[in-house]
Amino acid sequence: MRESDPIIRVCGVNKWFGHFHVLKDIDLEVARGERIVIAGPSGSGKSTLIRCINRLEEHQEGTIVVDGVTLTDDVKAIEKIRREVGMVFQQFNLFPHLTVLENLLLAPHWVLGLPRAEAEERALQQLTRVHIAEQAHKYPGQISGGQQQRVAIARAMCMRPRIMLFDEPTSALDPEMVKEVLDVMIELAEGGMTMLVVTHEMGFAKSVADRVVFMDQGQIVEQAPPEEFFANARHERSRAFLSKILG
Amino acid sequence: MIAPIPFVPLPARAPPRTAAGPLGWVRAHLFGSPGNAVTTLVIAGLLAYALPPAARWLVGNAVWHPDYAACRALDHAGACWGFVAEKWRLILFGRYPFAEQWRPLAATAIVLAALVVTAIPACWRRWLGGLWVAALASFFVLMSGGVMGLARVDTGLWGGLPLTVLLTLIGMGASIPLGILLALARRSDLPLLRTLATLYIELVRGVPLITVLFTASFVFPLLLPQGMRIDVLTRIALGIVLFQTAYMAEVVRGGLQALPKGQYEAAAALGLSWWRMQQKVILPQALTLVIPSFVNSLLSTFMDTSLVTIVSMYDLTGALRLALGDAQWRSFFLEGYLFIALVYFACCFAMSRYSHWLEQRLGRWTRR
Repeated sequence: MRESDPIIRVCGVNKWFGHFHVLKDIDLEVARGERIVIAGPSGSGKSTLIRCINRLEEHQEGTIVVDGVTLTDDVKAIEKIRREVGMVFQQFNLFPHLTVLENLLLAPHWVLGLPRAEAEERALQQLTRVHIAEQAHKYPGQISGGQQQRVAIARAMCMRPRIMLFDEPTSALDPEMVKEVLDVMIELAEGGMTMLVVTHEMGFAKSVADRVVFMDQGQIVEQAPPEEFFANARHERSRAFLSKILG
Repeated sequence: MIAPIPFVPLPARAPPRTAAGPLGWVRAHLFGSPGNAVTTLVIAGLLAYALPPAARWLVGNAVWHPDYAACRALDHAGACWGFVAEKWRLILFGRYPFAEQWRPLAATAIVLAALVVTAIPACWRRWLGGLWVAALASFFVLMSGGVMGLARVDTGLWGGLPLTVLLTLIGMGASIPLGILLALARRSDLPLLRTLATLYIELVRGVPLITVLFTASFVFPLLLPQGMRIDVLTRIALGIVLFQTAYMAEVVRGGLQALPKGQYEAAAALGLSWWRMQQKVILPQALTLVIPSFVNSLLSTFMDTSLVTIVSMYDLTGALRLALGDAQWRSFFLEGYLFIALVYFACCFAMSRYSHWLEQRLGRWTRR
């Protein structure tokens, strides 16, 4: 596998929830280190698309290849991909019965098999990176939403993933806390991480993304570099969307 | 441009006090409204009416020593604790040979001590498993004998409190892990496993415990091949475990369903395998949530063991009936039942308080 090969290749993917056709003929290639923002109205299938990449959702047609591994029903392949792909959720999904530090230790210790001391060192390193090391021994319920989301990012980063998926990471936050999370994401992007971000934060898209993918009704309508997308979107649907959210 | 007005937060104040002192408390809580005042007075009146005669019967006029003539002369104007004083060993240890009754006493004490150690969170270490193997081994050696110069005592003669404790312990100890597995099976993605688990749970829950005990005691031996015999105590314990497992599975399932889907997704996204996810993320949260229902099951198992009398085993309640078989003392059954009620209550109250404390401790993370 060459460095220039795409790290994610989504080819002809279709998915249905019951009779509802959520993803229609999706083709998407992501290069190493590329930062992609996926935008679109709610219900357009953007979250479902990134959830297919680490098999939180199963697609029914088409192929998804992540870092050379093809997603099938094979549990080993799925677990291998999940070790390479970190995910951050809208609702943080920290484990409330574990302290911040234990949340971070869990996967390195039990999935990668690192000794506890080494896992702890790695955890503290990541906590420092998201500027929250002093909260290591608190429970998630005792820290603010913005802090929880930064812990969630650090938790995913502890696995040293090659790809990070963000599913509306700032949508559940108080307005005052959005920036602290976006700042951490920008730092990640500057470090060269491959990122797929589902978000309504168009400022983030403008300043960080290499490419904006616009989806509606289960299909990719258009994709373009942000400056081009925001200045002159080619599709009527994208323009209508932009005029609503940019005011 | 005008300089912005600096923000100075007001200092926090203590909340206003509505009513000070004990008098204020009484006024607020007992006589807050006409309705409350009437209720308070009615209850106080009832207590004043009922308490003095009750105290007279329980303590004042009571006979404390095992003197049958004194009890007869009393003619139920006071409690005859003499009955309990005379028969307490039969009530507590059933038909176990009288001279050997130090053995069930020691065996029960060992198991209860192991329980107390288990209740202390600082002792939740690997050696606890070894402790229980040792405690249960000494329990069975002491009870059944046949080694180390101890006379052999058939399980049919075991009875009273040791039997109640043993059956509860086996019933809970085995049905918790089995119930967890069954609950996981019922929520499994594999249709066959799910159907089997559901079938088992619904079947067992559709049958009263007494039927299970009857089957275990009388029907099951008929189904065994010729010459094979399984001890009656083992069969009964097995019956209780199989019965309790179905209920335990539903308790655990309640906890599993209360967890948000995001917990499963986050664990899966981190690459945790299914078993690791259950062990580290799902079960610790789900089981903490269902502690109150666990204790419900524990207490009802503790009481339900008294049903084993129908298959001629004498637990605490059954042993009391043995004691009442003595025609001389038969009319003092009320005192006997009050005595075992006290034993049951002491045990249940301790378990209930402990679980409440444990819930607070394990649930620390739910408080913000």
